[in-house]
Amino acid sequence: MFSSPFISQPSSVSQIMLRVLLALIPGIAFYVWYFGPAILVSLTLASITALVTEALMLKLRNRPIKPFISDNTALLTAWLLALSIPPLAPWWLIVVGTAFAIAVSKHLYGGLGSNPFNPAMIGYAVLIISFPAPMTHWITPHSVDGMSLNFAAQWSYIFSGMLPSGLTLDAVTMATPLDTLKTQLHLGQSVADIRDMPIFGRLAGHGSEMVAAGFALGGLYLLFTRIISWHLPVVYLGTLFAVAGLFHVLDPAHYVAPLFHWFSGAAMIGAFFILTDPVTSPTTQKGKIIFAAGAAVLTYLIRVFGGFPDGVAFATLLMNICVPLIDIYTQPKVFGKKGAGK
Amino acid sequence: MRTLFSFHGGVHPPTHKAESTRTPIALAPIPSKLIIPLWQHVGNRSVPIVQVGERVLKGQKIGRPEGKLSSAVHASTSGTVSAIDMQLVAHHSGLPDLCVTLIPDGRDEWISHVGVDVTHTSHAELRHLLRKAGVVGLGGAVFPSDLKTDAHHHQIKTLVINGAECEPYITCDDLLMRERAQDILRGAELLRELLQAEEVLIGIEDNKPEAIAAMQLAVTQAGYRNMEVLCVPTVYPSGGAKQLIRILTGIEVAAGVRSTEMGVQCFNVATAYSAWRALAHGEPVLSRIITVTGNVREAQNFEVLIGTPLDELIALAGKQADTNRYIMGGPMMGIDLPSGTVSVTKATNCIIASSLKLFPPPAPVMPCIRCIRCADVCPADLQPQDLYWFAKSNNFGKAQEFNLADCIECGACAYVCPSNIPLVQYYRYAKSEIHERSVEKLAADKARERHEYRQFRIEREKTEKAERLAQKERDAAAAKASFEAGLAAAENAQQQTINEAIERAKVQAATAHALNTDALTQEQLAKIAEVDARRAKMRELAATAGADDEPPKS
Amino acid sequence: MISALWVMIALSVLLGIVLGYAAIRFKIEGNPLVEKIDAVLPQTQCGQCGYPGCKPYAEAIAKGESDINLCPPGGDEGIHKLADLLGVEYKPFGGDAQPKAKAVAFIDENTCIGCTLCIQACPVDAIVGAAKQMHTIIASECTGCELCLPPCPVDCISMDKIAEDISNWKWQHPVIIPIQAVA
Repeated sequence: MFSSPFISQPSSVSQIMLRVLLALIPGIAFYVWYFGPAILVSLTLASITALVTEALMLKLRNRPIKPFISDNTALLTAWLLALSIPPLAPWWLIVVGTAFAIAVSKHLYGGLGSNPFNPAMIGYAVLIISFPAPMTHWITPHSVDGMSLNFAAQWSYIFSGMLPSGLTLDAVTMATPLDTLKTQLHLGQSVADIRDMPIFGRLAGHGSEMVAAGFALGGLYLLFTRIISWHLPVVYLGTLFAVAGLFHVLDPAHYVAPLFHWFSGAAMIGAFFILTDPVTSPTTQKGKIIFAAGAAVLTYLIRVFGGFPDGVAFATLLMNICVPLIDIYTQPKVFGKKGAGK
Repeated sequence: MRTLFSFHGGVHPPTHKAESTRTPIALAPIPSKLIIPLWQHVGNRSVPIVQVGERVLKGQKIGRPEGKLSSAVHASTSGTVSAIDMQLVAHHSGLPDLCVTLIPDGRDEWISHVGVDVTHTSHAELRHLLRKAGVVGLGGAVFPSDLKTDAHHHQIKTLVINGAECEPYITCDDLLMRERAQDILRGAELLRELLQAEEVLIGIEDNKPEAIAAMQLAVTQAGYRNMEVLCVPTVYPSGGAKQLIRILTGIEVAAGVRSTEMGVQCFNVATAYSAWRALAHGEPVLSRIITVTGNVREAQNFEVLIGTPLDELIALAGKQADTNRYIMGGPMMGIDLPSGTVSVTKATNCIIASSLKLFPPPAPVMPCIRCIRCADVCPADLQPQDLYWFAKSNNFGKAQEFNLADCIECGACAYVCPSNIPLVQYYRYAKSEIHERSVEKLAADKARERHEYRQFRIEREKTEKAERLAQKERDAAAAKASFEAGLAAAENAQQQTINEAIERAKVQAATAHALNTDALTQEQLAKIAEVDARRAKMRELAATAGADDEPPKS
Repeated sequence: MISALWVMIALSVLLGIVLGYAAIRFKIEGNPLVEKIDAVLPQTQCGQCGYPGCKPYAEAIAKGESDINLCPPGGDEGIHKLADLLGVEYKPFGGDAQPKAKAVAFIDENTCIGCTLCIQACPVDAIVGAAKQMHTIIASECTGCELCLPPCPVDCISMDKIAEDISNWKWQHPVIIPIQAVA
């Protein structure tokens, strides 16, 4: 049956996802600049794992492989997951995480468009719960102690777990700035003292703040090309700023400035790339606002009062659960039923 | 300057209008045959009133309206009726319908026709003339205009004249406004008068500057007060009646609500034009302006007789070899016509010759990723992604709950869908299922009622029969009783007569006796008494003697 | 220990009173379930379910005496609706009868002898005629139950399938190709 409309805008899922992948590149570039090319290794590993798993699952589910494998969604999941875990983590960590994300949290729920949870975040959650130790060894940026690893050393550590002689793991890795902040606060230090530590830069973690800025740059590109709507990132960052600002104003010695929260951890990539996953976020405008605000509050609570180093993943997953409910209760009024005089 | 409103969403597909606006409207020649469908309007199919073999004149009525919601159909030229049968018609179903086939004689001989003085004719008469002339909405909805000009006692503030023509490729209204602005305005004024509207707002998209200029000039020249030509932004579907009403007046007409209830009514420019021709000149709707465009050598607008076969019309614009099918209407809402054998109707505003290059087959469908580009462009503020889900899973109740009825099938959602989901097709499917179910429900309710009534009737008949039977038995018993009673009564009567006779005799006797003894003297009385005593004594003696003596008769 | 016992007893008494009151206060008259089931049934009154009409079948279903899959005119969808309504599992068609395309009875007026047997059989009074007079079907009222077929002594009644035309045509569920195709 051939029926109207007979024309359509030249857009496709594959193109949309490709643009999102492109928008990640500034952040990745800063990543490589500050932390070395190890991240490229994990991105590649994740990509290959994602594509293989995707193809396998499509085959098992008796679905056509070519249109789905070329839709770039598996790649996006892979990249988001790779960017969320330490680049120096052993190779099998990213492989297991990505395979789980694609096979279980995407395909077992019905594949593209049917998964209730963000697959990358499911992958992250599984890894941090199952393998907490390797998930905390983050590379120290080049400029902090000058003892950085070259590419060969990073490569050999990822695949064999061997470090060049004379170097210990603690010497080349560290906890994330958010984690460090939390630990030091527990030790009784004040925020001002902690911020003087060499791993911190002007806004947040040294190096990582620039990576976050890179993601924000890519995010703005997505915003202006209307790939994503403003509701999610703006409300998310705004609420995070407001909550963090409130605590900071009340007790600046114990609660760090809101900008620190913006540029630490996965806040930026979360705001522009993770929350905005269309499949797992609400469809109504009001719903998006509720979703983003909820995610921001949860992120802050988990970061400041919870036990995990970052809160974006769990905040996202917790809000993902609420999406169907949010959608039902935020249905907009339709044409002609909005009441008079609007 | 009037403030315009806007509606939610909308899309900007490439317009492709320039191709067909280079030349003025050309008069298409009389074709070799005319296939005139009897069902070209909303409502009931017209009933043919001509015979096969009959010669008809141009403008002669060949189909009479059936019922209130219907319209007349006329012979577009003079000629002979060669068939009244089922022919393929321009419809989404691709099914045939009843058509009158007319072989033109080439003389184009008019039936006698005169216009009326519109200012001195009653509104009811004018409406009747619109119905007789087969005037229906020529924008594509083909709703009978006589019914639309009846405001049903609602006060109409604004009459909207729709010249937006937002669909790509179509330019017939554009050219009509450029060339025949005066008659359009006369028609608009006429419709305003019929509706008793306070003002007339003519909405034209800003990508038609020539049409806007022509219409504005005509308004100024004719000196219509209360009439305004308004330039509306180009965005599809601004030409949807509801959307244009919203843009020009800010009023939103929901599904299932008559716009007249909200004080506004909307007519297409071509409808206004043909309403004027019908009333002032007595010309029924025999032709219309049609854009012939797409994969043709020379895209152009033609004034085409209703019933002209598509093939002959396309030939006028120069058929291209790689034409694979035709689209009647625009590319957003048009009807797919696999062949050129169907004919043009009152609803046909545009014929697009299609080729694989121009309209490639739809790309493979991917799952919905809930990106809500569809919701962003929906002019009815719906959530197309939810409606799609409900329609796909046959969850029609939910679809209705999510206001599927408000969908105008404009196709904006499907146009932007990155997964290439044929959303409108799902909505049409769901709508027609819902419609069928409501029809079935009505039929079932009726059947239930009839069945229950039948059972009630059978029950009633049974009791009635039983009653009759009982009555009969009672009657029989009564009859027997009355027979016996009759016999008894007869005897009684005899006895009674006897008794009565005796009585009478007694009385007579008494009376006679009395008569004889009426005036007795004292002496006589004493004598009688003596006699009586004597008799008594005798009776006494007789009784004691052995009672052999008869009692004395007095 | 004792006090907990008292609390529990008091609670149970209280709740018992509430429940008892509710049972009286919100008592439902009649059996609305039968009405609901009857509303789902197609009202063809054909008796193919084995009951004399839709209402008796609805009553039998409501009492749990009959299965939900015995109504051919209701079609597969009817079973789904009943399953939804009653909260039971869907079952495919039971019995011999299978759903058929919708049809309308037609009396061949040349053959009809005017015996009125069909008129007596029609559950919805959709046949008009009188003794020794030709009968005819009111097509718009005919439910297509076929109950008039067996009594006719001259076999002059046939079932005409309702042909698809523009007025009753409907859109089909879109067929999406790539889901079925395996690349």
